[in-house]
Amino acid sequence: MDKTPKDLLQIDYTPPKKDWMDPSIDFEAKAGNWSYPGAGKNLKYLGFPNPREWSPTDDDWQLPDNWQQIIHDGLKERLKKYRSLRVFMDSCVRCGACADKCHFYIGSGDPKNMPVLRAELLRSIYRNDFTLMGKMLGRIAGGRKLTKEVLKEWFYYFFQCTECRRCSVFCPYGIDTAEITMFARELMNLVGLNINWVIEPVANCHRTGNHLGIQPHTFVDNVEFLVDELEEITGVKVNPSINRKGAEILFIIPSADYFADPGIFTFMGYLLLFEHIGLDYTLSAYASEGGNFGLFTSHETIKRLNYKIYAEAKRLKSKWIIGGECGHMWRVMHQYMDTMNGPADFLQQPISPITGTYFENAASTKMVHICEFTADLIRNNKIKFDKSRNDDFNITFHDSCNPSRAMGLLDEPRYLINSVCNNFHEMPENTIREQTFCCGGGAGLGNDENMEMRLRGGMPRANAVKYVHDTHGVNILSCICAIDRAVLTTLMEYWVPEVRVSGVHELIGNALIMKGENERKTNLRSEPLGGTEGQEDA
Amino acid sequence: MRALTALLAVAGLLGLVYVGVGLAGQQYLFGVVVPYVAIVVFLVGMVYRVLLWAGAPVPFRIPTVSGQQKSLPWIHQDKLESPSNGLHVLGRMALEVLLFRSLFRNTRVAMTPAQRVVYQSDKLLWAASLAFHWCFLLIFLRHMRFFLEPVPWLVSFLDGFDGFFQLTVPTFLLTNAVIVGALLFLLGRRLLDAQLRYISMPSDYFALFILLGVALSGISMRYLTKVDLVAVKELSLGLVTLQPVVPAGIGLPFFVHLLFVSVLFIYFPFSKLVHMGGVFLSPTRNLANNNRMRRHVNPWNPEVEVHTYDQWEDEFRDKIKAAGIAVERE
Repeated sequence: MDKTPKDLLQIDYTPPKKDWMDPSIDFEAKAGNWSYPGAGKNLKYLGFPNPREWSPTDDDWQLPDNWQQIIHDGLKERLKKYRSLRVFMDSCVRCGACADKCHFYIGSGDPKNMPVLRAELLRSIYRNDFTLMGKMLGRIAGGRKLTKEVLKEWFYYFFQCTECRRCSVFCPYGIDTAEITMFARELMNLVGLNINWVIEPVANCHRTGNHLGIQPHTFVDNVEFLVDELEEITGVKVNPSINRKGAEILFIIPSADYFADPGIFTFMGYLLLFEHIGLDYTLSAYASEGGNFGLFTSHETIKRLNYKIYAEAKRLKSKWIIGGECGHMWRVMHQYMDTMNGPADFLQQPISPITGTYFENAASTKMVHICEFTADLIRNNKIKFDKSRNDDFNITFHDSCNPSRAMGLLDEPRYLINSVCNNFHEMPENTIREQTFCCGGGAGLGNDENMEMRLRGGMPRANAVKYVHDTHGVNILSCICAIDRAVLTTLMEYWVPEVRVSGVHELIGNALIMKGENERKTNLRSEPLGGTEGQEDA
Repeated sequence: MRALTALLAVAGLLGLVYVGVGLAGQQYLFGVVVPYVAIVVFLVGMVYRVLLWAGAPVPFRIPTVSGQQKSLPWIHQDKLESPSNGLHVLGRMALEVLLFRSLFRNTRVAMTPAQRVVYQSDKLLWAASLAFHWCFLLIFLRHMRFFLEPVPWLVSFLDGFDGFFQLTVPTFLLTNAVIVGALLFLLGRRLLDAQLRYISMPSDYFALFILLGVALSGISMRYLTKVDLVAVKELSLGLVTLQPVVPAGIGLPFFVHLLFVSVLFIYFPFSKLVHMGGVFLSPTRNLANNNRMRRHVNPWNPEVEVHTYDQWEDEFRDKIKAAGIAVERE
């Protein structure tokens, strides 16, 4: 990234002179603001239409001859199948309340990143093809023909939306740009337009069970490596099982948690916690992914990838499921899984074997968020911990988009952090809870070629972090999302380099007093406890 | 330019009355036929629109949650922002429909000189919208005095209430002033705010101009261009009782008002004004956040191609065994 933070903050909110209805995207000039297209091999593997090698900078995108008809028919079908689409197409009054609620608009000033105009990109086609006014009056009524230029604009802007749903909170009709983006991406998929950062994880997940394409033996290696790390840090040998039949609980996590820093520290936290309470659980190398990039592809793909969670719980004869810290995974688990792949009538009521608490709010889906599970443990005094081990950390909490705006999981993680840490500071109120800002890299946009737009989109979040860093000395940005842990790390390095990113269960793992443990000299990152003060003394 | 297109359209309507009624004497066409057409188009159009919406299934339960979920019993649930049952949803919808809850959240983003992004409360849009919609409803109800004989108690009461400030003769009506003020504010922000001007389309201006036309033509009849009220009531009662008559001497200003109203009704089902119905049917607002508690059924839940455990084991069997994981088949 050549541009400095200072450059990036020179944002011009003055709209261009040109009418928004006349599209033209210069992909060469906009490098850094779009993602590479899906590789043909991945589309072929998934059985998706029009697999080929192409680039957005090409003049010819190698679309099928009847691509307009395909998209028209696809839109028609979806208007019949989804009330959301129809109501959202018809109801917008362009009041502008959503305009400056989008992180991409705030960070870029590009008016087509206003949710209202992002939706108009599709709505103008809907008007032209499906409404009386649009058919009669065309452009005056806000209708546009679907030209190649419009389609290119779709590709640019619908892959500049992270489906975070912040605009939907402010819309007087609840119009949800995530829905609109999902439909637009579905339609683009019909003619072979998608991005590789989405489609490769989907193909990987379908085949190996996880987005990263980690095969079973590597999965075991990674887990064993982290078990060894834990033994080194705590002196305690934890013993997770994999694909074990009859384990009471199937534990589902995002694959980034057993792959890379800083997700692995969260994973180490889970393992310590479950060892501490003696939970009868198993991981699965087949259902080795909680995340679901199908959400960024199409509704059918969500279902295809999500299928294996219940299937594996059934095969292993688990009683119920706990899910780890992951944002979009929980959008799927909370709002789609039961409908798509349920009913989970082969599972039993989710009752904590440690406290006896019945998780009534998961009565049907039978999948409990680990923050709910752990909050209940702490409330019932089932965990011993030493808060002071997190004293090197001055923590703020980033509400991940989906747990907040799809679930309302707001107070549980805060309860956890406050239980195991002494220093916690909230960011300003318009940037947290249901009004939280996206990391800038959700919905498959967290790739390197899209770096400028990522950093712009993440700016509102980073700016709020900077505020608590400046005013309260915050040095840890805690979150409950795997994409966040990856994307926010880059975001902080750019905007607020003094702040690092952690999961919530990493903090819990630090504080847990394990039976038979050695005196802890380091945190889970293998950094000496009392680090900064120790250095000052020296 | 887009505003001008819309303004010209409304001005054209005005011209139409002067030509049609003033010069050509088509009182029956403008006083009876057009209003009937308008009512029919409005009713049929809105019923059709709502049936289109209601006829489309809701495959997924996708509320936009805006508060703490129902979770552990000792965590306080925000029942209005994260409703978990029908009653809570009713509360959330009532707040949305009657008080425009979501719009009340509105903020305006700004960058301080120290490059801090701040979000200032911005309730003017909320206030103007709420004022407009409530005034429109009250004025609509007040007009029932023209369609009902005897005039119901409630309608008279509203009239009296509205005229609480007895400033003028005939009595100054609060709703008249507020609705014009609110509409001018909504128009002004579209014209003056660069971002809003950029996103506004002719249809956005047309809705505002026609509503302003309705309001101003109505007000002008009351205070300036007096019309024969007895004759107007005779016409409106005739329309309601399906025995239409056009009494002589009603006056041109009334026909202007009537045509504006008729066009508003005809335009309604084909425009963004259908948000009146849409707000009730929005799946992000009218569903409970109880997804994990109660299963939501998708009526067309499709069969999809999946990658089964057996397929997975078949592909990776050697590696699975080498890693010491149990397999289903050796």
